[in-house]
Amino acid sequence: MAEMTERAALTEAVYYILLSLYKPMHGYGIMQNVKEISNCRVSLGAGTLYGAINTLLEKGWIKPMPNEEDSRKKDYQITELGKETVNAEILRLEELIRNGKKITGGE
Amino acid sequence: MKHIVRKAFFDYQKEEKYLNEMSTKGLALTDYTWCRYVFQDAPKGEYIYRIELFQNPVNHPESQNYIKFMEETGVEFVASYYRWVYFRRKATEGEFDIYSDIDSRIKHYKRIRALFLFLTVLNLAIGLLNFFYGHMQTSMDIRPINSYIAILSLSVGTLLLIFLVLPLSKKVSSLEKEKSIRE
Repeated sequence: MAEMTERAALTEAVYYILLSLYKPMHGYGIMQNVKEISNCRVSLGAGTLYGAINTLLEKGWIKPMPNEEDSRKKDYQITELGKETVNAEILRLEELIRNGKKITGGE
Repeated sequence: MKHIVRKAFFDYQKEEKYLNEMSTKGLALTDYTWCRYVFQDAPKGEYIYRIELFQNPVNHPESQNYIKFMEETGVEFVASYYRWVYFRRKATEGEFDIYSDIDSRIKHYKRIRALFLFLTVLNLAIGLLNFFYGHMQTSMDIRPINSYIAILSLSVGTLLLIFLVLPLSKKVSSLEKEKSIRE
């Protein structure tokens, strides 16, 4: 099952969470950042984000940052594996856009 | 000022709607215990309320982690009952949805359905058991008290099935259909 899904598309939420974590960020920061870079189009629900963070941690695509003193909020950061996944996804998205534009004439 | 309302809801979605209507009127929920709602005066529409069913009991470490996480995102834990949790967030922060994608919504609906399905099966089982006892009582010329219990349990089980389990199944299957063509 896991092998089968390795090449599948990322969800929009996961793609944007991974992009956000090129800089260390805590949960609320991710929500704000995703909203900002998508011009308010994507608004992550806290429950959805929590589930996604746990899954990404399990997969080793992101990792928790070592806790700084008196920082209550947990920061996360993308791993090398996570970056590879994002790069593969960008290639896939580029192919989609290329083909879409080629056929529709980009209109 | 404190307002106490005693009210029972069968459907958590109607309950959520009710809490949001009360909030629009300037009454913000601050506590809940079995069928007892405590509201406090607040500016009209200050909060948006959401009800969530947890996977674990509220005092479970995993649930506590989750509540902490929610609080970091500006969400307030209002009250809990069994595994049901009442959250609210200031309306000025924008639309408040705990789940924003199809997958996580399906998961939440399935969790709720599992709970109601369990209660349905439990009620039907108790109903059937009592039905047979009642039958025995009738044949022994004793007043069939168990038959009355059977009628009650079977009715509750049927109501749960018709008004909660089946609508939730319909919701899940329509979301799953949607998921097969889009995220």
